[in-house]
Amino acid sequence: MAMMRNITIGQYIPGESVIHRLDPRTKIIATFLYIVLLFLVNTFSGYACSALLILLAVALSRLPIKYILRGIRPLAFIIILTLSLHFFMTEGHVIFQVGFLKVTQEGVVRGLMMVSRLVLLVVGTSILTLTTSPILLTDGIESLLKPLKGLGVPAHELAMMMTIALRFIPTLIEETEKIMKAQMARGADFESGNIFQRAKSLIPILIPLFINAFRRADDLAVAMEARGYRGGEGRTRFRVLRFTYKDVVALIFVAVFVVVVSIYF
Amino acid sequence: MAEALIKFTDVSFSYSADSPQEFEALTGINLEIEAGEFVAVLGHNGSGKSTLAKHINALLVPTAGNVVVAGIDTRDFDRVWEIRQNVGMVFQNPDNQLVATTVEEDVAFGPENLGIPTPEIHRRVDEALELVGMNEFRLRSPHQLSGGQKQRVAIAGMIAMRPRCIVLDEPTAMLDPVGRQEVMDTVLKLNRQEGITIVLITHAMEEAILADRIVVMEEGRVVLTGVPRAVFSQVETLTQLRLDVPQVTALANRLRQRGYDQIPNNILTIEEMVNVLCQLE
Amino acid sequence: MPIRVEGLSYIYNAGQPMEKLALNNVSLAIEDGEFIGLIGHTGSGKSTLVQHLNGLLKPTKGRIYLDGVDIHSKEITLRSVRQQVGMVFQYPEYQLFGETVFEDVAFGPKNMGVPEHQLAERVEWALNLVGLDIGLKDRSPFELSGGQKRKVAIAGVIAMQPRILILDEPTAGLDPKGRDEVLSLVSRLHQEEKTTIILVSHSMEDIARLATRLVVMANGEIVLEGTPEAVFQHADYLERIGLGVPQMKKLLQALQEQGFDVHPDHYTIEAAEGEIVKILETK
Repeated sequence: MAMMRNITIGQYIPGESVIHRLDPRTKIIATFLYIVLLFLVNTFSGYACSALLILLAVALSRLPIKYILRGIRPLAFIIILTLSLHFFMTEGHVIFQVGFLKVTQEGVVRGLMMVSRLVLLVVGTSILTLTTSPILLTDGIESLLKPLKGLGVPAHELAMMMTIALRFIPTLIEETEKIMKAQMARGADFESGNIFQRAKSLIPILIPLFINAFRRADDLAVAMEARGYRGGEGRTRFRVLRFTYKDVVALIFVAVFVVVVSIYF
Repeated sequence: MAEALIKFTDVSFSYSADSPQEFEALTGINLEIEAGEFVAVLGHNGSGKSTLAKHINALLVPTAGNVVVAGIDTRDFDRVWEIRQNVGMVFQNPDNQLVATTVEEDVAFGPENLGIPTPEIHRRVDEALELVGMNEFRLRSPHQLSGGQKQRVAIAGMIAMRPRCIVLDEPTAMLDPVGRQEVMDTVLKLNRQEGITIVLITHAMEEAILADRIVVMEEGRVVLTGVPRAVFSQVETLTQLRLDVPQVTALANRLRQRGYDQIPNNILTIEEMVNVLCQLE
Repeated sequence: MPIRVEGLSYIYNAGQPMEKLALNNVSLAIEDGEFIGLIGHTGSGKSTLVQHLNGLLKPTKGRIYLDGVDIHSKEITLRSVRQQVGMVFQYPEYQLFGETVFEDVAFGPKNMGVPEHQLAERVEWALNLVGLDIGLKDRSPFELSGGQKRKVAIAGVIAMQPRILILDEPTAGLDPKGRDEVLSLVSRLHQEEKTTIILVSHSMEDIARLATRLVVMANGEIVLEGTPEAVFQHADYLERIGLGVPQMKKLLQALQEQGFDVHPDHYTIEAAEGEIVKILETK
């Protein structure tokens, strides 16, 4: 239960660095370009260049390295799985053989490439979430999706949903803890029994949780209506995103970097 | 005399009208509330208080009769938003009415909906937070606040819309004594200092005695109305309706029943009781 | 001595930046048949304390004994502790889950191993005690009124037949009628079923009327303890730590300050009436 409290959504680390202060749209676009780059290059030197870009971003963001490494830890299993699949399953020039398991040169190369790509992808996107508050991220996504409204993309609604989710996640976590305790006080046991018994023992938590969430949603809808909410039409914003020359410089730099690296490597 | 800010004329309202579950929650309500007034509405759960409140800002519209707010009939669908700008509403559960992830953004939510230009929104948010004394918490997220603080943020969210009237539906029911005090201090300040009309729905007598006028409801009807002193002097009626009276008022009533007629029947506070006893010679 | 708390300390989020000392070396003994009023403002540690009494929280330091047995020792199961020490949380109606009132009220007794054929009797007994019509037992609890839901939730705890019942703000959010019903139910449990009661409340008037002993908490410590008369003598201190004093106590105090010959230790309306009659008689 204590663990649930520690999950901070988006894992935002407040700061005053250049990267922190960039417009969220700049960071989203840059991240997007960087992801495109990762899928365009397929040489180790190409990945090395991408890593350079990331190292530069990390240095500028002044984020403690441990936060970035922490993001990779949950991937350990996938990394090992990817490596072993590629090592053993790829046909080609055999480097060594243990019983029926053959490790090929092509396998090693491809495996290491895939893993580099994965790690670079995760580190790159985590810089975005570590340096951008969820609120700004939401604003940025809304603003970037707005031109697509004509195509039926509900930009405002998506952003509103994200905001409300962010607002209520801590409330729901607290509520879950409380309901668990109340049912434990009535002798409920969530820890023993086989998987079916355990799943069944969750019913006394899940039902009140859902019912309360619906009640909250209902209350919130009425409160929003009472505060004059009628969708995104005609709404102004408290916080207006503004591109500065720094954003322009950052975007041009990333764009040029991506083009050059993807052409030469 | 100028037209009342809020006027109920023969208002009846049924939930699920024309269905087998039809339930009449309001019956023939006539009520006028003047601009600048502070009205407390009492009545036990199910008496129709909340239904009445929701008619004031057109969250509900009457099944029969009409409600006119600031000269606009609440059934005039095109002007609903004008009414909601004029009448703010604060609800019982402090958790379920804050929308945004920070205090300042939540306060900005109403003005954003009204389409107010950004610099003006900032001015209003600053002003509203200052008024409810929540300025230092502006960057906090709602779940880091106490119940009383959340309600003050909700009130600030209303003030930022510059309403003429704020309806509060049991805003202190879920709060501890400190939170209650915070909310009531804020409500009084809005009424006395800013001249905002207040409609306060409550069970707490110590809150109701602060009002200019009390409206008592029972089974969808207004059964008693008047200044607090007059309403609370009717101890028997209130007890029959299973409502509280302030303990000193109840005490005065008991003394009168014992035949001590020198004790007036309209004592509301401890100070008044002490004064009465001091002056008896 | 059914409950004894010794040197209890509790730290939330131990070892983390948000670490908070919620209870600091609290000791308390509760006798059979007592009616304890536990008061303190939000964050004073009273909810943390009561959650230790039935083993929902584990002490960082100190011990809790039930009939002389450490509740976290091997000699007793937590389930048995929770059967003996029942707990009604704040807004208990938000924890209802059963398809029917019966299912919900039977949940606790069933977990405690009450045999199937005795469940019906147990549920009826509990519903009867909280003053709900037995006919409601096949209804969905979610269709009931707010006050009825709360009573169903309380019945769900009472049905386990605890010897000690903790209620955390059982009247919060109810109207005066609902409040009176719940309080008279609690008082009935105390008097007729001889249940030991620990009532956590903000309302001094309610507590003063019912409790035999008051325990006042502030900043994770017990700061005052004793009969209501004794505790309310510290009226100024109580107000300073954000708590109220019963209105009648304040009235009598104010009268005494004005030079009237009244006994200022009373706090009920009946007693205050007696004191004022004395004044009126002499005039």
